[in-house]
Amino acid sequence: MRSIFFFALVLTLTATVVRAEIKVGDVFPALASAGLAGGTMPATEGKILVVDFWASWCAPCKASFPALGKINSDYAPRGVVLVGVSVDEKASAYAAFVKKQAPPFLALHDVAQHLVRSVVVPAMPSTYVVGRDGKVRYLHAGYHGTTTDQLLRAELELLLTEKS
Amino acid sequence: MHSRLILASLLAATALVSGCATTTALVQPWERATLADYTMRPDRDPLALALAEHVYFSRESAAGGRGVGGSGCGCN
Repeated sequence: MRSIFFFALVLTLTATVVRAEIKVGDVFPALASAGLAGGTMPATEGKILVVDFWASWCAPCKASFPALGKINSDYAPRGVVLVGVSVDEKASAYAAFVKKQAPPFLALHDVAQHLVRSVVVPAMPSTYVVGRDGKVRYLHAGYHGTTTDQLLRAELELLLTEKS
Repeated sequence: MHSRLILASLLAATALVSGCATTTALVQPWERATLADYTMRPDRDPLALALAEHVYFSRESAAGGRGVGGSGCGCN
């Protein structure tokens, strides 16, 4: 009887799905091999990377675009690469949104949602700041106006002061 | 025979419990396109909203009791 209970316990534990959520300190998946469409992925090796997950149906994402665009224009000359990754299920929704809104930064499309599934974002939008070593240094869930802007800029400034 | 029945019951219970334990049934943040659609808003149609409010008022005697801040005494 004891073996039966032990077997059932093991089966329960193995059947439970363990989500491989990307957290601060984890290595961020390579964007070059993530199957992103909608533009040419810039070289990110040895650079600070900001990845923003957004969607056309997400109002806070849309609200964050001007601030992210300003961050992009301010920090791109200093070696920071900012990439927006759309998680839209429909390619037509992504294309229509990009055409109408013209995001002020590189806005790619996670066509099959492979990247977002591997990262397991906690909210929409979610912004990941990845260090030169490829590890996530900061994760910001949601968009909270100037607070988000200040937190992202503070983290970027901190990373830029570190030696490459 | 008795132990086999117990084993079968345990396996069935395990399958059921482990199914509940997984998070695959949850709608993930990136899967909420349909939920965020305009057609999912309960107040998308003013006429339907007015009708619902009328029915609510008639049956519950509580005009403006839904989504409106206040004391909520329901007095008319």
